[in-house]
Amino acid sequence: MIGEDPTPAGAFGVEAIAMTMRFGAFTALDNVELKVRPGSFHALLGENGAGKSTLVKCIMGYYRPTEGDVLIAERERAISNPKDAHAFGLGMVYQHFTLVPAMTVAENLVLARDDVPAVVNWAKEKQELEAFLSRMPFRVPLDAKVSDISAGERQKCEILKQLYLKRRFLILDEPTSVLTPAEADEVLGMLRKMVEAGELTILMITHKFREVMAFADEVTILRRGKLAGRGKVSELTPDDMARMMIGAEQLTVQPSRTGEAGKIRLEVEKLVARDDAGGLAVQDLSLTVRAGEIVGIAGVSGNGQRQLVEVLAGQREAESGAVRVSGAPYSASREEMRRHKMSLLPEEPLKNACVGGMSVADNIALREFDRAPFASGGWWLNKSAFRKDATSKINRYKIKTRTPDTPISALSGGNVQRAVLARELGHDVEVLIAANPCFGLDFAAVAQIHAEIMAARNRGAAVLLVSEDLDELLELSDRLVVMFHGQLVYETRAGEADLTEIGRHMAGH
Amino acid sequence: MTTEAADPVDAAAIAPAADAGFLQRHGASIEYILIPGAALVAALVVFGIFVALFGKNPLDLYWYMYYGAFGTWFSWQNTLSRAAPLILTALCTALPAQLGMVIIGGEGALLIGALAATSAALALQGMPPLVVQVAMVIAGMTGGGLWILLSGGLRQYRGVNETISSLLLVYIALAILNHLVEGVMRDPASLNKPSTREIGAANMIGSIPGTDVHWGLVFGLILAVASYVLIYHTTFGFAARVAGGNIRAAKIVGLSVGKLILTVCFLAGACAGLAGMVEVAAVQGRTNANLAVGYGFTGILVAFLARQNPLAIIPVAILLGGINASGGLLQRRLGLPDASVLVLQGIIFISVLASDALYGRIGLLKGKS
Repeated sequence: MIGEDPTPAGAFGVEAIAMTMRFGAFTALDNVELKVRPGSFHALLGENGAGKSTLVKCIMGYYRPTEGDVLIAERERAISNPKDAHAFGLGMVYQHFTLVPAMTVAENLVLARDDVPAVVNWAKEKQELEAFLSRMPFRVPLDAKVSDISAGERQKCEILKQLYLKRRFLILDEPTSVLTPAEADEVLGMLRKMVEAGELTILMITHKFREVMAFADEVTILRRGKLAGRGKVSELTPDDMARMMIGAEQLTVQPSRTGEAGKIRLEVEKLVARDDAGGLAVQDLSLTVRAGEIVGIAGVSGNGQRQLVEVLAGQREAESGAVRVSGAPYSASREEMRRHKMSLLPEEPLKNACVGGMSVADNIALREFDRAPFASGGWWLNKSAFRKDATSKINRYKIKTRTPDTPISALSGGNVQRAVLARELGHDVEVLIAANPCFGLDFAAVAQIHAEIMAARNRGAAVLLVSEDLDELLELSDRLVVMFHGQLVYETRAGEADLTEIGRHMAGH
Repeated sequence: MTTEAADPVDAAAIAPAADAGFLQRHGASIEYILIPGAALVAALVVFGIFVALFGKNPLDLYWYMYYGAFGTWFSWQNTLSRAAPLILTALCTALPAQLGMVIIGGEGALLIGALAATSAALALQGMPPLVVQVAMVIAGMTGGGLWILLSGGLRQYRGVNETISSLLLVYIALAILNHLVEGVMRDPASLNKPSTREIGAANMIGSIPGTDVHWGLVFGLILAVASYVLIYHTTFGFAARVAGGNIRAAKIVGLSVGKLILTVCFLAGACAGLAGMVEVAAVQGRTNANLAVGYGFTGILVAFLARQNPLAIIPVAILLGGINASGGLLQRRLGLPDASVLVLQGIIFISVLASDALYGRIGLLKGKS
């Protein structure tokens, strides 16, 4: 314990005072104050880039704040690296798993300790682990390999690991992003009980209002590196919190759902596709999407959604099966994409739909560059047409870029997605395939993208929307299907959807 | 809608450039000259140390290198004649590089191009020289093109790494050349050095009037400029750059990546094949093992030093041609082995590759972040 008094037993609080963090000329945190009372469940809300992670990393010792202090149990402490933070009883659970998949749960727990002996007496350790688990509200199979247990169980292991290491102030970084709603409720509910029992203090980074309302006592909201608001959750509504998060920014209004589904536009029949490792990712999947209809595909990430979209986008060869668009066989060629007016909004647009080193104007022209007015005679590039088209789309889609000639990789995620949106939806659309189109984007971008997708549907496009965000799917879809292990296992009309039922199928029950 | 400082990248992108200094604004372009230049200087210094170990004065070395490459009209002509095939073989690496492919088999395409051009000339003996010469150009380019097309096809249809296949094809090309030159195509009169028959003095393409520099230089200049135009001003080049920049993005907009790979490989090989034709029709007059002097390999170095830009290839090829040309003088005046310039080339290549790590890391040239 580096020669200082250990922190008192039981739950303790943490405060960050006047935290400022500058990276060069950019201020990521500007005089932010955070007060987490002992034995409370505190939520830290904010859009992407609001400074939540920076604040937490300053507390955990990953960053040295430019100014500001951290108080642990009301005493000022110098935390110069994560080890110091651990010694004070602070622990962090990351969005992504940090367990070794090839090892058992017990091995993972024991090896996480700082004082692992050279020779581990497993029989003794097992006994101690069992004793430890009996005091814990959740159970995990100690002898199972981590690779064999579900995402929910893994997240429980991550949390148990922190408790096993005797950390009594837990920071959770979007802990439920890989869980089904039921798993999320279970894990957070158990943590909530431990907080109520006075054993634990929790600081949870999130952007889900539902979880804040259901589990948190207090909330701190950041916007653009500044404290935007804080208070007791019981005295706030989600609308209040949303207003604090986004400030005075005007959001695009989503058009209401109009018109009925028409003819079948997109037809997938008995599609089989493998993943990169050669495993079956999509198995005998059949699906139809009609004109003027949004079909949502729900599912925990890694159940073949990505491979399905890649086949439709021409990025992966199907093993067998057929895809038809408006009745004609479809093999993702440029000619077919044009004829059927197909648009694709893949996940991670910079990786999947843009050339990072090329300019914004070039990227906006990717679908049309070989036709007039971009190409004279079908082969000579007309650069001024690129710039003219890009300038008008940059204005129309509110893309924040210094010039049309700026490399697209210099833009923020939201603006890259807006540029792709401008390219893919800037003309008539008959079939739209979107995969997690809003992942990691701020409110303004999300609202704009949702509005565009709904508008495309209302104009008669057939929309296939693959998303890991159930709220997004419920909001936009006409029909919802659940994908599990490469197959569609459940279908419902979005209007009549039952969250528990969907969650059950997402988990494969 | 407020746009200020929405997030770090935005803030930097929107900030007016007016207050940034000249260095910051042109940082990226300066880097493209400064870093290869520094790599070249570093290589010369290391080579100087290497020469000093032989007990020679490095300053003498640098003077003779300059003198042998650019010191007199004679050395200039020698340099330019050597630069011509280097421009063409460098294009063989630079064109596929636009697609993200690393082709290092220009030497093989050069040899096959030379064989094809020689065969065409020998088959058309007695025809008017212009017809023979045009046929040699077509045959050389087709031969070289098909040779690199093999690498492209192996990559596209069988997933074979194009770098390795193109390199191995060099040795196959050399074996084919030796087999033919020592077999069916051998001129019985060539005793010590097996060669094909001569294509005939009338069919040689000769020199640019008023110089001893052969027309190959003009071919090289034309193809380098044409490649630049192809890459940066045509839809084909645009598609190639998209596929080279991000193959997933190319596929999502339906570009036929396979067709691009095959076409670009053919064009690349055609350039190196033309180099082979030029060596036969302007220098050797026949095909023999003398053709395999490493123009294809030096071309790789030229392409990397020029950062795969077809226009930059021209001055870099002249520079490297000069280093080659000075080899004889170094041997005569300093008593260094003829292969010394190969050592220098090797050092340059290593330092150019190592210098790649410096891009975007020079503090003075960084834009504000």
